[in-house]
Amino acid sequence: MNRIQTEKERSTMTLDGKEVTFTKGETIYEVADRHRKNIPSLCYDPRLDPFGGCRLCVVEIDGARNPVASCTTKATPGMVVRTATEKIEKYRKTLLEMVASENRELDVDPLRGYASQELKTLVGRYGAGTGRFMGAQSGTSNMDDTNPFILRDYDLCISCYRCVRVCAEQEGDYAISIMNRGFETQITTEFNGTLKDSACTFCGQCVQTCPTGALADKKAMRAIDLPGEIEKTRSICPYCGVGCSVDILTKGDKLVGIHPAMDGPANEGALCIKGQFAFDFVQHPDRLTTPLVRGDAGELHEASWDEALDRAAEGFRKAAEKHGRHSIYGVASGRAPSEAAYLMQKFIRAGFGTNYIDNCSRA
Amino acid sequence: MSNPLVDMEKPDVIFCIGTNMTECHPVAATRLKKAIARGAKLIVADPRRIELADISDLYLPLRVGSDVVLLLAMAHVIAREGLIDREFIEHRTTKGDAFLEHVVEFTPKWAEEITGVPAKDIETAAIWYGMADKAAIYYTLGITEHICGVDNVQSLCNLVLMTGNIGREGTGINPMRGQNNIQGVGDSGALPNSYPGFQAVTDPENQAKFTELYGTEIDLENGITKVTALDFCGDQIRAMLIDGENTLLSDPDRMHCEHALKSLDHLVVIDIFLTDTAQLADVVLPATAFGETDGVCTNTERRVQRVRAAVSPMGEAKPDWWIVCQLAKCLGFQGFDFASPKEVFNELCRVSPIYAGLDWDRIDKSEYQWPVPDKAHAGTPRLHEVEFVNGRGIFSIVRYRDPAETVSEEFPVWLTTGRRLQSYHTRTQTGRAQGIDYLLSEEALEVHPDDVEAWGLSNGEWCQMSSARGSVKIRVKATKRSPRGTVFASFSFSDVPVNILTGSGYDPITQTAELKVCPVRVELA
Repeated sequence: MNRIQTEKERSTMTLDGKEVTFTKGETIYEVADRHRKNIPSLCYDPRLDPFGGCRLCVVEIDGARNPVASCTTKATPGMVVRTATEKIEKYRKTLLEMVASENRELDVDPLRGYASQELKTLVGRYGAGTGRFMGAQSGTSNMDDTNPFILRDYDLCISCYRCVRVCAEQEGDYAISIMNRGFETQITTEFNGTLKDSACTFCGQCVQTCPTGALADKKAMRAIDLPGEIEKTRSICPYCGVGCSVDILTKGDKLVGIHPAMDGPANEGALCIKGQFAFDFVQHPDRLTTPLVRGDAGELHEASWDEALDRAAEGFRKAAEKHGRHSIYGVASGRAPSEAAYLMQKFIRAGFGTNYIDNCSRA
Repeated sequence: MSNPLVDMEKPDVIFCIGTNMTECHPVAATRLKKAIARGAKLIVADPRRIELADISDLYLPLRVGSDVVLLLAMAHVIAREGLIDREFIEHRTTKGDAFLEHVVEFTPKWAEEITGVPAKDIETAAIWYGMADKAAIYYTLGITEHICGVDNVQSLCNLVLMTGNIGREGTGINPMRGQNNIQGVGDSGALPNSYPGFQAVTDPENQAKFTELYGTEIDLENGITKVTALDFCGDQIRAMLIDGENTLLSDPDRMHCEHALKSLDHLVVIDIFLTDTAQLADVVLPATAFGETDGVCTNTERRVQRVRAAVSPMGEAKPDWWIVCQLAKCLGFQGFDFASPKEVFNELCRVSPIYAGLDWDRIDKSEYQWPVPDKAHAGTPRLHEVEFVNGRGIFSIVRYRDPAETVSEEFPVWLTTGRRLQSYHTRTQTGRAQGIDYLLSEEALEVHPDDVEAWGLSNGEWCQMSSARGSVKIRVKATKRSPRGTVFASFSFSDVPVNILTGSGYDPITQTAELKVCPVRVELA
């Protein structure tokens, strides 16, 4: 029953000529990442099991004949690793040129998704956009899937399988899979249909981990032509009580999309359909934009804040005067921030001298 | 929740009862799925064959409202098989002996009669839960929205206490809260019986503290719940302030609720939309929404987190806290001179022992889970590690009671209500998000295919569903998610106001409505 405190096994290895320590079980990639080696990768997502598919993260190890993928290779004591020799960097550039050659375009809008700039950034870093391998393409976009959330633009797919893996390992939904091999490789659903007819819940995780924008956020893409830079503001999802951290994407004063926060303590990068895609209500034309007061004819009409507040206060004053403090009742919101709830109870308790206060948790 | 969300990946045995987590708390459910992939066993008890049941190792399809019976029988098996944690019972609990004696009579055979769950499956569930090194319970409104909601929760507590599954990683008793700040609203003192931080209003020490803090005379008696207040509207209750709740659609017994709100002399609603409820108000005050507000919300694992404004408020909308301050000032109340939400939150931290170690700046990175009793404290991800708040855990002697209404010749079908993945509560928000209609455009009554045939209905066509309180027209959807004799609908769509039907009874202690059980009649429309 008592947990045994095990001393974590620490050992040392040599990383680019420097002795570094690591914990048993760490991969070379993880050790290097801690030492800010910035090893390039495309199939790597720290939340997923290492896959070793893109081969960009290869490193040289003393005693190994060929470069090895650092994401799938565990660090061992005394290991001597070089992360960016001339040979390795040249190899990476060639690989990137081959990957880039398969895609219709590299320069995709960042509104497509959280990780959508990864390929573009790496191609820029290695100057790998020369196109000497141009020709065959893999993946065919599925524009027949008219779902309003996820664009399936597989012309841009590089078969890193992050979408398939995130759906299986993170979401546990197994909605998408891989069909065929080589240039014929295609990400698809069971029976090669639409996402709606699959086990997909439209949580958007595949979109946010895609490094090329092949899977893209259709709702955010509505704002591609809006002028202005994309800004991010950290907040918490407005739906259930799990409290997922999100980054609200804005252009100017327009809320254009939502990104899951990879470092959010409750969600660690996950969201559901509501948190990911159901944000239009914020700037919806149905929003109340002015106070409303009921007129003599019984209709609600627009009013100034002063008029509305006076009217609201007057009703409470009259009731309290005529019927006493226990004629007033307050219901605080489980949707508004705590400051509202705190002041509501203070308003009722300190203002009227009654405990006639509750919230919306009983229904 | 007694345990943090990260613990959901750690149990050996997971017991989910009355929680449709993949639809209502999908991100939390992904953690359970990871635990299962790792080899944890999942037991699911739910009247409906929900998605969690599909991925479970053991599914217990109990009749609606019979949870106490199932849990008593599980306790019986755990005791009989000697799977109790004697050391834990002795050192951390009281009334254990009486409880162990109490459960002797509640055999799985007896439970099978009432719950419909095979006795052998009850045995297996109990043995798995009882034998696990780390077993965790997760529940939601399927436990609390009953006339015996408190009994249900106490029955779960009994299982926890008898097996010592609390205060450790991957264990605990974990209610999943349904709204973004439903934990925070209670933490902040918006309850009839407690000041901020769950300080009892009837405790003289607390009364003295708040009399001094607020500089006014305060009420010495417990207030009444909203449910009771609605009963007294137009009589004792004359004026009501409702912030951000579409009471008319989310509360049970819509007719009663509508009548109550209409009988008020004065109703003020603060909201972001002109909801069905706001339409009844004398004054409607426009509030800021998600993305327009700076503030603090507390999640289901008691994590105190900042929400931040990213865009300007729509029109003249104002933050809820500001609106309440202005109202208070109009009435000449003292103590409402706040210039920012930061000032308000910091005052809340000063008066609430569970937030005492927090302030606006300290919560910037979402690091703290309450209680945080002082500034040197790192927060409390896991409750009850060394001792319970009140010293010892108390076993409760619980007995089964029938739901407020049971099926009859007139109303022969059980209706149970709940939520769906793509819509949230009364759809004031999700209903206005582009694309949601593509997946869920209308409400439908989930009926077992054999019942569809037996009752002369047809899949996709309309039916009339009536209870003792009213009647709604709703489309029929044939699905084996519903067992025979039980139907399901959500209360999300205003054109199918299922809450016209519900409201048969309330838990005597919490006054939570029995929204999960309502006998109905279903006929061809």
